[in-house]
Amino acid sequence: MSVTKKFMYLNRRPPYGTIYAWESLEVVLIGAAFEQDVSLAFLDDGVYQIIKGQDTSGIDMKNFSPTYSALGDYEVTKLYVERESLEERGLTVDDLMPLTWEDEAEDWAEKDSIQLISRAELAKLMDEQDVLFSF
Amino acid sequence: MSILHTVNKSPFEKSSLQSCIAHASEGSALLLYEDGVYAATKGTSVSDLVAGVAGVKLYVLGPDLKARGMQEERLIDGVTVVDYTGFVDLAAEYDKVVAWV
Amino acid sequence: MPIEVNGKSFETDEEGYLVNLAEWEPGIAEVMAKQDELELNDEHWEIINFLREYYDEYQIAPAVRVLTKAVGKKLGKDKGNSKYLYSLFPYGPGKQACRFAGLPKPTGCI
Repeated sequence: MSVTKKFMYLNRRPPYGTIYAWESLEVVLIGAAFEQDVSLAFLDDGVYQIIKGQDTSGIDMKNFSPTYSALGDYEVTKLYVERESLEERGLTVDDLMPLTWEDEAEDWAEKDSIQLISRAELAKLMDEQDVLFSF
Repeated sequence: MSILHTVNKSPFEKSSLQSCIAHASEGSALLLYEDGVYAATKGTSVSDLVAGVAGVKLYVLGPDLKARGMQEERLIDGVTVVDYTGFVDLAAEYDKVVAWV
Repeated sequence: MPIEVNGKSFETDEEGYLVNLAEWEPGIAEVMAKQDELELNDEHWEIINFLREYYDEYQIAPAVRVLTKAVGKKLGKDKGNSKYLYSLFPYGPGKQACRFAGLPKPTGCI
């Protein structure tokens, strides 16, 4: 019998300027096949990854922000956003894409994936993980 | 001999912006592009620093702003949006370009 | 290796996936299917079109288990199961159908 481990991905970089954000997302989607207890944390510049209204038509790069909406299909339903990181950047949760997942057990009821947490709460969650990946 | 300074790194991750502003004298210009565009937005921990630069013209590259979902109403007052052609024009207009990569 | 469709040539990668997604046209799926000794019918097209819509919305080709679940939700349980999908696409509904649809190899298929 396999043991489920707690995996947390820490997303700390903005999208497009470097490849980190997209690489992290790909690893999450591929890793989702292993059916572990996966969560994502968006902190520091990582909060910019899930800002709504991204439009890359002017910079000739793929806009991968819609892919975050597929995370629910991959059973990745815990997206923690650090409140202090938003505040330091003049952002609120309303500036983020509304990311949800659908609960098959409750007739596909739509539920929020994003949970706003404090820096101290994130630190505590990190302590509870078996494996942490930082991007 | 006026200088066009360019910053393409996030001000929250690297000190390029801080160092650039400390070295930008009156009559120079600062163009923010790529991840540097976040420095042009209001209400951040570096907004006061950016808004407080005296005698330095502030520009931001529009396509990079748009890609990151940063609408123009988020911009600090006095920041001018330019496109790629505007970037080239600025580079030609100033005597030297310093890229704070 | 390029694929020839209606007198036009389309670039594919070493696994046969279309290099430029924007070039896709239905004839490409027909030719790829013929190479796999398949004749495409409405049931095949339903899945191929579903995949293209999924890509359009999320910018990724779904892994097979994600596809199965999503098809079940959209088209019903009798279609959202691997037996049905494998009967249509014997080389794997993720990999083969995505290839016909002009999408990249599914993200999360290992």
